[in-house]
This record gives sequence, C-alpha cells and structure tokens, in this order.
Amino acid sequence: MSEHIVATEAPAVAARGVWATVRRRPLFWTSLAALGVLLVVAAFPGPIAALLGQPDPRACDLSLSGQPPGDGHPFGTDIQGCDVLANVLFGTRTSLFIGLTTTALCLLVALVLGTVAGYFGGPADRVIARLTDVFLGFPFLLGAIVVLNSAPERTPLLVAVVLAFFSWPTLARLVRGSVRSVREAEFVQAAHALGFSHGRIVLGHVLPNSLGPVLAIATTMVGGVIVAESTLTFLGVGLVQPTISWGLQLSTAQTYFQTAPHTLIFPSLFLTVTVVSLIMLGDILRDALDPKGRS
Amino acid sequence: MTRFLSRRLVELVVVFLGVTFIVYAMVFTLPGDPIAALGGDRPLPENVVAQLRAEYHLDLPLWQQYLHYLGGVLTGDLGTTFTGRPVSEAMASRWPVTITLALSAWALEMIVGVLLGLAAGLRRGSILDRGVLLGTVLATSIPVFVLGVSAQLVFGLELGWFPIAGTSEGWPASYVLPAAIVALYGLSSVSRLMRGSVADTMRSDFVRTLVAKGMPRHDIVGVHVMRNSAAPVLTFLAIELGYLLGGTVVIEGIFNLPGIGQLLFESIRTHEGPTVVGVTTALIVVFLVTSVLVDVLSSLIDPRIRHE
Repeated sequence: MSEHIVATEAPAVAARGVWATVRRRPLFWTSLAALGVLLVVAAFPGPIAALLGQPDPRACDLSLSGQPPGDGHPFGTDIQGCDVLANVLFGTRTSLFIGLTTTALCLLVALVLGTVAGYFGGPADRVIARLTDVFLGFPFLLGAIVVLNSAPERTPLLVAVVLAFFSWPTLARLVRGSVRSVREAEFVQAAHALGFSHGRIVLGHVLPNSLGPVLAIATTMVGGVIVAESTLTFLGVGLVQPTISWGLQLSTAQTYFQTAPHTLIFPSLFLTVTVVSLIMLGDILRDALDPKGRS
Repeated sequence: MTRFLSRRLVELVVVFLGVTFIVYAMVFTLPGDPIAALGGDRPLPENVVAQLRAEYHLDLPLWQQYLHYLGGVLTGDLGTTFTGRPVSEAMASRWPVTITLALSAWALEMIVGVLLGLAAGLRRGSILDRGVLLGTVLATSIPVFVLGVSAQLVFGLELGWFPIAGTSEGWPASYVLPAAIVALYGLSSVSRLMRGSVADTMRSDFVRTLVAKGMPRHDIVGVHVMRNSAAPVLTFLAIELGYLLGGTVVIEGIFNLPGIGQLLFESIRTHEGPTVVGVTTALIVVFLVTSVLVDVLSSLIDPRIRHE
C-alpha cells in the first residue's frame, strides 16, 4: 500500500516527506508486518496450515468435536470436529478478498464520480451530491441485508459487489472534496494556461495530487468492509457454506460459546488483528499526508 | 437563514424521494414472491393470489405502485402488513425499546467520549492520549457481535450482574449491556473528534493570548476551549442520535430486545415487503429531520457554517 501511494504522489518532495514521517512510526512497521503475514497466509493457506498441523479445513472428525487447543490442533477443533486453525487460515483469503475487492470497486466509482463532481462542478456536481445523499440516507447494513436476503447464491464476489454498491458514497465525497481543493491550485491554472486538455490535467495533475488522503481512508475502509462482511454473515445474510470465512466460523461459534470458547476466540483474534492493522496503517498514512497533522 | 433553510428543505425532499424509491424498488423487484410465500407449502388458489395482488397494488407497474405508496405516506398511512395490520401499529410497540436503548447509549457516548477526548486533546502524546487512541481503534475493530456475545457470557452468565436477553427487567438493568456496547462504537468517533478539536483550539491565537494574560488553566479550558471545540462534536452527536434511533439491528438481535431494528430484520427475513418499506420510510424521516435540525443548530451556534 505504501509503495502504491508513494508511486502515485507525483511530486518527489511530497513523497519523500510522507516516507520520512511514516518510517519513524513503529506502529507503521507493526501494521505493515502484520498485513504482510496475513497476505502470505491468504496466498498459501494450505501449506501453512500443513506446517502447523491439519492441512485440510474440510477434513473433520466428529469424534473430536469441540476439542480445546492441543496436539495436532493448535487452535483446537470446532463443533463439527474441523481444525479451527486451518479454517481460520483459509478464512483469511475470503476476508481479504472481500475487503480488497469491495474497496477497489468503491475506489473506481468514487474516483470517476468524485472527479467529475469536483473538477467540473455545476449541474454534474449537484446531481452527484444528491445521489450520494440518497445512498448515505439509509444505514448501509440495512440496504445490504435487503439485497442479500433475496440473492439466490451468495458467493464472496456477490457479497463484495453488494457491499461496494452501498459504500462508495463516502469515498466519492472525499474524492470530490480533495479534487476541489487542488482544482484552483496554481499548477492547475498553469496547465490550463498552457492549453492542456481536461483529460490530461485531471489524470496528470489533479488526481495525483488529490489521491493521497483518499487512499489513506480506503486503507481504513478495507478493515471496515471485513467487519461488515462478518456481521452480515453472522446475521445469516452474508456468506454461506461451503465458503470458509471468519464470519461463518463466528456465527456457528456463538451457539457453542460456553462449551467451546476457543472457536469464537481464534477467528475473532485474527479478524481484530487484521482490522486493527488496516485502521492503524490508514490513520498513519492520513496523518502523514495531512499537513495539519489532525487525527 | 431563510434561503439556507429552504435550500436544505428542497434537498431533504429530493433525498426522501430518492431513498424511499430505491428501498421500494429493492424490496418489490428482487426475486422472491411474498404472496406465493403466504400460502406456505400449499400453493394459493389463482383468484386469491389475484385478489391479494390487487389489494397490495402488486399488479401495477412499479412506478404506479410507488406513487400509490407515496400517496399513502403523505396522508400518514405507512401501509399494511401482509397479515392485515397497519405497519404503524406494528411499529408502535417497538419504539419505546429502541428510543430507550438509543438515548442510553447516546448519553454514555456523549459523557465518556467528550471527557476522554478532552483529556487526550489537552495532553497530546501522553500515555493517556496514546491509550485513548489505541483503545478506540481496538474497540472499532472488534465486530459488535463478538463484543455482544462476550459481554453476555462474562457479565450475564459468569458474574450474573445483568440479564442477558429481553427487556423483562426494564431500564436500567436490561439496557446496560446493549447500550454500553453500542456506545463503545460511537464513543471512539466522539473522543477522536473532541481530541482533534481541543488540540486545534489549544494551538489557536486566542488561547495563547489568554495564557499570556495569566488566566488560570482550568478557566481557559473550562470556559473558552470547551465552547470553541464543541461545534464539530455536537454535530456528530446529533447525527449519531439519528442513526441510533434507526435501531441497531445486530445488538437488538443479540440481546433479544424487541425494537425497531429487530422488527425490520424479521420483516426482511420473512419477505414482509410492506413492513420493510414502511419501517424504512419512518426511519428515513427521523434521520432526515435530525440532519436538518443539526444544520440549523450548528449554523446558530457557529455563524461561519451558514455560508459554506
């Protein structure tokens, strides 16, 4: 993520400033390391699970139902006798997939609509502003529940698209504000004076200079999306078997919390570490990018 | 002020129409036939289905259905559930629960959030400040249902301090756990906002002047800094109340509180279209009215906001 931001931040001075601020923060490195580990887990859940015990999350032994952590099952087994660790590792992939896909989709919509609204202003701005108002007008969880409840087959991709459908407006507003603040900048006026086309000004000058804060918030948003997915799944309108996800594990674990608390603790632990790292990283980037240093 | 208010009201109407139409379209065009579902396993006779469809205007094109509905809403009729009860009646018994929960959570959020934010903002970089920041990040990262279930186990079953579900013990006992958990999430935003706002105000010129004049620190903070940092926090708190009154589906579900959020969730699950749309409409009205009130209030508190 950081490389990405550095790459898009066109003026070299600004990029160096951010890097210099960020690299002195221990929390930056902690969250980056945690996310790195989680990405590796998401990429190779099988081999890692094999190293630590049970490689197959679907190889379940009912006679070993609800075992506490012990030999062969470092995180114990769930109520069906499946290895909790293997499930948690495979769930990482699903959660990160949904978090990243949703955020990428939102970012795409937000960049297009936010730039049009912020750069051109006028009627387009008013229409887009009302549209975001309408979407922000009702609780996001509600909209997702209504749509997902009628969906025939709830795959991770579908859940990601539905989440994106209801969460783009916040980012779009941010892009709009960010674009508006650089629209009147002197270097943009200079570009106009040189006779550059709107496309060239937007892509080459306006966007690179307004993207920083947006990407910082987007990082935080990945965490929010992951929590939203697990909440929807917990309510029974999110992911369904045979998908493996933290939300599904937690929703089953709730029923058996008293007899097998470890089935609730380990998935929540992974979930929380992931989300905390994403929020921290987003916060640190935002602090570094915002000259006022507000948080 | 009149111009500002009338522009806000026009916007409000546009947003109201947009949101209700989207919800209406979502509920009534998505797959799943509510009339067919009424019959359960045995299919209903053709003429009964046709009659029911006509009764609920389901045989008309979508936009006409919506206009019918809108006409009803404007005359105070939120529609009729598929079991024949008026939606407003179904909601009536739910409001007290949701309002009690929302107000308890809101009060907690305001008091604790403002105090923590103030303390953190006055001593930026201190252990307390770092603790508050870390705590708020942690709190928002744990899904609400994990906290809810854990709190039920620890405070309800193990310690036996509070009932774990239902409203039978009334306020406050039945509402302490759910309200505290709901408040925890809003509290993070309140304390962060307050912290930033206080820190900004402490750096401003007029505070420096007050310090130079030799004014005692607790007077500076208590009188001047508090008042000047309050505006953004108040705005947030007012909007938050609008959200809370919308019912918190998850927490009402976990603690089995028969509130608006639970009614809504149940109706979505059972494809009770008219109830979903009716409840949502009521919630949107509450939310929109709150947001306009917030705008008016904050422009009264801080005249600079009016012209933005």
